[in-house]
Amino acid sequence: MKKSKAFWVFSALALVIYAVVQGLISSGIIDLYYQNILVQMCINIMLAVSLHIVIGITGQFSIGHAGFMAVGAYFSAIATMKLGLPLPVGLALGAGVAALAGLLVGLPTLRLKGDYLAIATLGFAEIIRIIFLNVDYVGGAAGMVVTNMTTWTYAFAGVVITIIVISNFTNSRHGRGAISIREDEIAADAMGINTTYYKVVAFTIGSLFAGLAGAIYAHNFFIIQPTTFNFLKSFDILIYVVLGGLGSLSGSVIAAIFLTMVTAFLANFPETRMIIYSLVLILVMLYRPTGLMGTKEITSLFKFGKKGGTKP
Amino acid sequence: MEWIQQLVNGISLGSIYALIALGYTMVYGIIKLINFAHGDVFMLGAFIGFYAIARWDIGFFPALIISMVLCAIIGVIIERVAYKRLRNATRIAALITAIGVSLLIEYTVIFFRGASPEAYPEVLPKTYIDIFGVSISSISILILAVTVVLMILLQFIVHKTKIGKAMRAVSLDPDAARLMGINVDNTISATFAIGSALAGAAGVIFGVYYTRIEPLMGVLPGLKAFIAAVFGGIGSIPGAMVGGLSLGVVETVVSALGFSLWRDAAAFVILILILILKPSGIFGKNTREKV
Repeated sequence: MKKSKAFWVFSALALVIYAVVQGLISSGIIDLYYQNILVQMCINIMLAVSLHIVIGITGQFSIGHAGFMAVGAYFSAIATMKLGLPLPVGLALGAGVAALAGLLVGLPTLRLKGDYLAIATLGFAEIIRIIFLNVDYVGGAAGMVVTNMTTWTYAFAGVVITIIVISNFTNSRHGRGAISIREDEIAADAMGINTTYYKVVAFTIGSLFAGLAGAIYAHNFFIIQPTTFNFLKSFDILIYVVLGGLGSLSGSVIAAIFLTMVTAFLANFPETRMIIYSLVLILVMLYRPTGLMGTKEITSLFKFGKKGGTKP
Repeated sequence: MEWIQQLVNGISLGSIYALIALGYTMVYGIIKLINFAHGDVFMLGAFIGFYAIARWDIGFFPALIISMVLCAIIGVIIERVAYKRLRNATRIAALITAIGVSLLIEYTVIFFRGASPEAYPEVLPKTYIDIFGVSISSISILILAVTVVLMILLQFIVHKTKIGKAMRAVSLDPDAARLMGINVDNTISATFAIGSALAGAAGVIFGVYYTRIEPLMGVLPGLKAFIAAVFGGIGSIPGAMVGGLSLGVVETVVSALGFSLWRDAAAFVILILILILKPSGIFGKNTREKV
């Protein structure tokens, strides 16, 4: 019953965070600017966690995550703006279509390994972006106007759902299968694990939540443009996962929170931000290639007395 | 005749891709790393050439040589500072570092000179030559000539010199090469130097041909040159040449058919098809997976 205890602790914590922030918002202590940063932070956490399941858990190196975010953003915007559906339906539709896109992209590409997979996912993301760029129905290069409908409640609910689903997946039979692929794909294959199946499942779940994040993102700003979802966005998401630690869910959450704050502070100096990002990326890889947390979770830091734990 | 005109444009574009792709394929062949920063060395080469021509008022060929030398030095510095420590790291770590180096170069350039584009000075007289009723600009012919000369030079270096022999040996088996007394580190640096010099040359040629350069110009040609290298079979030098030229022609044909907005997608579709159907490329060797 240890796992269900962790689940209830997490739910209680989430509820407390939500209540406190909501209280601060309604009492006007957190103004619109900080509220926007909080929503941005939630979106980035969702993106980081959804990429974490692909890179950190399954070990499949994808650098095209922004493509699925774009799919989620555009399809949810079509649902709410063009078809007049309510926002929750739009979010679900965006996430669902992104998952479908992830399945379609994942089936052929996940047979590739390492560098080739990375470059193929990058290629697919660029193709998705170019398609949106050329379809006049969604505004082409000028972008699509979207009403601001996202609230802190939607964004935070998205984060909670993402974290619960992905941590449950990680601790399930499927998750263990995925981790075995990360550790050694040939050995996993030899042990009778259907590696293609687990890779595609993880990739599809990752795309689903990237799509959800994209859908929330689309309704947070007043316009969505294809250029927003170029590969620099994919690299941004990659940095969260790498900095937090490949294989650590809490690590990617922490990195997403931290880097969102850095971005907010350096909003007026975008070049400086990118220089810092790239230096962090290089230095982390040179001196601590496992990232800040490695494969450990934040909860394992509180377990004193017990020796060992998961070794990287 | 319109089509021959387009073919010439395609070959000009393709020879730029081929020059960049050679650097990718050589580096990948020797240390199995996709050097994402290669496209940015190409960008630096274009800017070095620009400043050499615009500020110091020198001709095309001296600028080309200055740009190649400086790019070779930059390539070696990148290799020594960032990639050398990662020889035994995982492929993902090396790839992430390469992405980091690429972003660092791009945004350092933007930081120091801004993101505004620059117009290349007209360094070569622009005349048109009529061949069988097709008017071909002299710059296209010059680009092709420079590319061919550089490729012959490269073939000579790789196949006839001692360092070329060492490069081939290291790419075949680094450990055995080390046992045979080859200095593996220096050989890898030499590979980076040659690849980066070619990228620098491509940068200057790009600037002269398209007359517009900017700090992020290296990203897309870099990716496409990588696609060209994969298409031709990564690690194979003739493959990179053929891949680059065919990609250039395909892109120009797609534009000429009226789908110019889909031009970039065409390259990525080619990449995905080749990766799924024949990942070793046209000239690549089939490698078997070993445990």
